[in-house]
Order: sequence, then structure tokens, then C-alpha cells
Amino acid sequence: MPVGDGLFLSASDSRPMYQQIVDQVAAKVAAGDWPAGHALPSIRELASASQVSVITVKRAYLELERAGVIVTRHGKGSFVAETQELPKALLRADLEGRLREVARAAARLGVGIDELKRLLVAAHDDQAFHTAARPEEATR
Amino acid sequence: MTAALTLSGVCKRYPAFALEDVDLALPEGEIMGLVGVNGAGKSTLLRLLGGLALPDRGTIEVLGHPMPAQQVQAKREIGLASEDMRLYGSQTLRWHMDLVRAAYPRWDEAYAGELLRRFDLRAAQPLKAFSHGQRVKALLLLNLARRPRLLLLDEPTTGLDPVARAEVLEALSEVLRDAARSVLFSSHDTHDIERLADRITFLHGGRVIDARDTAAFLDDWRRIVCHGALPASVGQWDGVASVRANGSLSELRVRGAEAVVGLLRAAGADVRSVDPMNLEEIFVATVRGGGKH
Repeated sequence: MPVGDGLFLSASDSRPMYQQIVDQVAAKVAAGDWPAGHALPSIRELASASQVSVITVKRAYLELERAGVIVTRHGKGSFVAETQELPKALLRADLEGRLREVARAAARLGVGIDELKRLLVAAHDDQAFHTAARPEEATR
Repeated sequence: MTAALTLSGVCKRYPAFALEDVDLALPEGEIMGLVGVNGAGKSTLLRLLGGLALPDRGTIEVLGHPMPAQQVQAKREIGLASEDMRLYGSQTLRWHMDLVRAAYPRWDEAYAGELLRRFDLRAAQPLKAFSHGQRVKALLLLNLARRPRLLLLDEPTTGLDPVARAEVLEALSEVLRDAARSVLFSSHDTHDIERLADRITFLHGGRVIDARDTAAFLDDWRRIVCHGALPASVGQWDGVASVRANGSLSELRVRGAEAVVGLLRAAGADVRSVDPMNLEEIFVATVRGGGKH
């Protein structure tokens, strides 16, 4: 079996291909497999190794750039961002992914946007209440 | 940037079939997938590009070479693999490899050896002893090892078992590494195309009914499920390709979902889900919609 920078992508995964790439790159960065400054495979490399189109990888890299996980230097390629904000960027990418899942689950249930907002506010207040009650956890 | 291929206003008529007014362009380094039912014109299009047939009207340019005026130069850089290409049954694969190597100086023997192993083919075996899948792989090997700048592949995965199909797709995705090489391939299997192609062209009845980049196709189409009575005119709304009702639930397949969802809500329907569609569903919806957009 070839070993390399290929990602594990599946057509039976309900997430679109580019989203699977975003999630896996973010996971590699979060796990420390790819430390700050690490050079990402070129778009063509990764497309070829993962057997997806170049356009799919391009789109994933754009999303990762927007989320602040990677930076692209013209003519040099893409690198894991050096910024101190990286954990924040990863958490944010993770949050956005979870929100998309929530939106899908709500759609399946037929829960409309107003009810969803109400549920989100309730969850938010609940979390704020627990954090206030147990300050030692909030600082962790 | 050079275009890998450009067709404008191309027509080709046969007694029982006609390719009409085809305009198409593929930038260098990209992969285009051709989707169409049997008889849609996929093979005719590939034959025109490969210089095996002449158009009745229109212009064709391949890798900057106008066809057929500079077809000799173009053919040197084109690799065309289609099922109707004859190999010599009594000759071995090695004999075929030597034949192609003698004709094309860019032949890469090391790569050919690697493909032999990967495709699990025996060079010493005569072609008539090959199975269908082995013949398909042999033809692909003979083309890939020439490292052509444009690969034209007619149904490269049709009729292959799952293992052979995976081998072919692996070899095809390796071509992606090189930004100077382009691929145009047709397939019945929209999954292969959805995954590997940067651009997709739908052919139907000899016409291009849609051609865009893959992301645009997938982003554009949605399946909407809603609850409640719909106005009778819904089937005529802009972007609505099909409507099916089952009790109080309706399913719509649409292009430009945002506008349609807005209209549905305004009509008092309760939109339950808006989901992406795969390329196969998009193709069927496009064909049934008859190009009404």
C-alpha cells in the first residue's frame, strides 16, 4: 500500500469531499502531526494521493485559509499557520462544523429556524449557568 | 495559459446520429468528465478530438494545434484509448509496447514496467488470452507510458471488476500530479467523474446540455422536501426540474435552491429539508428538465 500524505476520503460519507479534507487537515494540525510551519502537500500532490479532483482540494485549502488554519505563500505553497491564534482557529472550524450538523439534524426533524434559535439560546443559557456554578471548570 | 482543447460550433452528422453545435474548452492541467447515456455522442466527440474523424462544421484545436491542419503534431501528444481500438490478438503485450515505443520517443519504459506490475499484466502473454479487463488495462498502459499531454479516454472503467477499476482510477489520479497534462474521459459511472473531474460536461442527444466546473454543479442543485399544499404552478417555477408528491409531502429537485425555498415559504409550505444531490441525480434531473432553466 502506498504511504504518504493522502487523506482517507469516502464517497459514502455524507459530508462533501472538500469538507472531509478540511476536517482531516484540521485534525492533523490539532493532533500535532502537522506542526506550525509544516509545509502542506501541494494541491496537485494531495489531489493525486487522495484521488480527488484538483478543484476539490483547492476549495478545501481556501476554507482552511479562511479559518486561519493554514497560510498560502504565493509560489511557495501552503503551510500550517504560525499564529498564536491557531487553537482558536481550530476550535472555530470545529464549532462551525458542529453547527452545520445541528442544522442538518434540525432539518431532518422539521425544526424551523425560529425554534432552532430558541433551542440554541436555551443551550447557551444552560451552559452559562453551569459555567457560573462551577468556576474552576471554566478556567480550565 | 494554453487550452488543452477548444471546440467551437462543431457539427458532425452520421446517417442515424448528429453531434450539433458543440462549444467546449478545457484549460491545460484539468480533468473533464463527459457524462451521457449510450448514443449521446461521447465517443464521436472523443474521435473528433483524437483526429479519427473530421467535423462537418466548426473548428477544433488540440494543445494549440488546429485540427486537422496540424493533426500530426497534435497526435504525437494525444493518447486516445477507446474500446473499439484494435490490438493484435496473436501478438504479446511486449510486442505492442515495443511498437508504441518505436513510434513515440517520449515512451517511458520505467513507468511502463511500473504499470505492468500495478495492473498485474503479463507482458509475454498474447492479447487474445487477455480478459476484457486486462485488455482495457493494456490499452491504458500503452497510452499512459507515452506520457501524452492530453489523454482521451472513452469509458475507461466500464465493464471492469472493482479491483481493476480501483487500479485504473489510481493510475488516472497520478496523471493529476503534472500540471501540464490534461484528461478528458467519459464514463457511465458518475461517481468516478464526480470525484476526479474538475469540470463536467453533460451530453445528450448530440448536444451539450450543461458544462461547468464540478463544484458549481454540486452547489447549484438541491433536493427539497416540504410539507403542505403547493400551488399547481410549482412545476413551472424557475429552476424547478421535477416535483413529486406523496400524500402531504412533496419532493422538488431544483437549481438555485434559495430562491425556490423563498417562494415555497411564501406559498405557505413548510420546508423540511434541503439536501445536496449527487451527480447522477443532477444528470437525470437535467436531462428530464430538457434544458429548461
